[in-house]
Amino acid sequence: MPEFLQHLANAVVLGGTYALLGIGLTLIFGIMRVVNFTHGELYTFGAYMAFMLAGLFGLNFFVSLALAATLGFLLGALIEFTLLRPLKGADIDTTMLVMIGAWIAMQAGQQLMWGGVAKSVPNPFPTEPVVLGPVSVGPIRLFVLAVAVVLLAVFYLLINRTKLGVAMRATFQDPDTAALMGVNNGLMYTLTFAIGSGLAAIAGALLGPIFVVTPTMGDLVALKAFAIVILGGLGNIPGATIGGFVLALVEEFGAGYVSSGYRDAMGFLLIIAVLAVRPQGLFAAKERIG
Amino acid sequence: MTARLLPWLFVAIMATLPLWMRDQYILYVLTSTGIFIIAAMSLNLLLGYTGQLSLGHVAFFGIGAYTSALLSLGFDLDYGGAQPFVLDPQPVWLAFLGGILLAAAFGWLIGKLAFRVRGAYFVIVTISFAQVMRMVALNWVDLTEGPMALNNIPPLTVWWPGEGLVPLYKKEYYYLLVLALAVVSFLLIQRVVRSRIGRALIALRENESLARSAGINVTRYLVVATVLSAGMAGAAGALYTHYIRIVDPDVFMFIYTVTMVIMVITGGKGTLAGPVVGGLLFGFLPEVLRDVAQPEVQWIVYGVVMIVIVFFLPQGIVPAVTNLFALKKQSGKKQSGRNGHRPAAPRVSEGASS
Repeated sequence: MPEFLQHLANAVVLGGTYALLGIGLTLIFGIMRVVNFTHGELYTFGAYMAFMLAGLFGLNFFVSLALAATLGFLLGALIEFTLLRPLKGADIDTTMLVMIGAWIAMQAGQQLMWGGVAKSVPNPFPTEPVVLGPVSVGPIRLFVLAVAVVLLAVFYLLINRTKLGVAMRATFQDPDTAALMGVNNGLMYTLTFAIGSGLAAIAGALLGPIFVVTPTMGDLVALKAFAIVILGGLGNIPGATIGGFVLALVEEFGAGYVSSGYRDAMGFLLIIAVLAVRPQGLFAAKERIG
Repeated sequence: MTARLLPWLFVAIMATLPLWMRDQYILYVLTSTGIFIIAAMSLNLLLGYTGQLSLGHVAFFGIGAYTSALLSLGFDLDYGGAQPFVLDPQPVWLAFLGGILLAAAFGWLIGKLAFRVRGAYFVIVTISFAQVMRMVALNWVDLTEGPMALNNIPPLTVWWPGEGLVPLYKKEYYYLLVLALAVVSFLLIQRVVRSRIGRALIALRENESLARSAGINVTRYLVVATVLSAGMAGAAGALYTHYIRIVDPDVFMFIYTVTMVIMVITGGKGTLAGPVVGGLLFGFLPEVLRDVAQPEVQWIVYGVVMIVIVFFLPQGIVPAVTNLFALKKQSGKKQSGRNGHRPAAPRVSEGASS
């Protein structure tokens, strides 16, 4: 039983960051319909930026996190502006090939810049775990979970309660009508991609201090993000949130009780199973955004 | 007429190469390029003719490689029974065939599963499949030796009058074997593409609902194409493993799939010659770049080339060149005769280069 609770606690912490990744990608893949292979690279980018700012420049850890997210946001905007905007109206395969090209170039670029040796992000949290009954959790993990939950809440409010959120949703439902209502469509595309990218970057920056930072860390993560999005149903934001936690649970318990070597395979088996049984996603969207 | 003879002239020149090319390194590069061209051709059957991007194509390549290696080395497997299952080493060509068959069987399975969905979903299912395969190769140490790799894989053999089966240890002979199999694969794909199956595939690529309403069983043809493609990729993988004579889980690396994809789209997807042209280009590019730059730079170049091709030459090199010649002919002879006999009209990609 204590073992079970420990796995559960680990899964909840991991699930928070998975949910951030999933939401970022469900915006881009589910709503914009861009098969965004750079998502994992934005995650890696966020982690390296946190390493650079906190580790090399010695900036405050929390400031570094915020800056890493901002830089990820800006990089996302740049990608949308230079690569996706000229391809507007092209079929999904064309954009997919461009995004694969961007993915390879970005990954090799980060490898060139930082080398293959793993980096770790220094953080001010004590290493002594917090013991809550039978479960012990590192303080940094609790912090990561708290940030993830806050960001998820902010994101929900942004999409559902603000004018910007309404404009974004309107753009992807019906760009022409939205434009007639005075929504700047191009700006909405850039913003959506940038917000999704920023979420990926902060997920990387948050997990950087827990795991180590390597140039290829984004590969598995990108595929897991796709798994989460598919699990939740395309463009379904609550679905992606739950999907993130489901994937974390499956991985954690799969690794704990079945085989740790196949930990990362769980997500893929989950995707294959979901697509075979319920291609529309587990949580059939009642209020689908997009 | 000349257009018909040109490919054979090319093959003839390539076949005489070992006679005058003494540089072993170039032969080595050409052999592995040839193997990847076979893999790229198999990918083209899916990507070019059905429009479905299989981003896990390396899975079939790897399955062919591992199966053929294991069958030719023999293995024993403890499945929990009293006696472990023991397989003695099998003749290499039997192992080779086994590699093709298992890869094709997985192609059937993936086709059945993945074609319930299209487009992006298919891509993600295939990537996931390749990742699962890599993890199986890493973790099923009893069978695959995991990261320690399978070593001392016997080379392929050839029957020679008076000498029986001769193992191909020499680079020249292996090169010729790969060349021969590449020609066979090319002809096979040509036949398929120009057959009823090929026409059905092109029809569904261009307009799936129209093809469906014309009575084409879309999913069945897609599965057939996947089985053929997977089997051919498996053959390429088996050729590769008996050539380098070692196989480890890195054979499932995503970058190999990317190499195949980039060969196909640069050369021209949906054309027969495309993967060959793209394959030669990207078989030699790393060798040229190796002397001047780090491997990371090579990947950056790959990524950028991919983007540039999609933006400026969305149909690839081969259709662009054929169109150029067709235009010249037309303006010179004032539209005499049919222009070219390309098997497939290049796909119209709306607004890709605007």
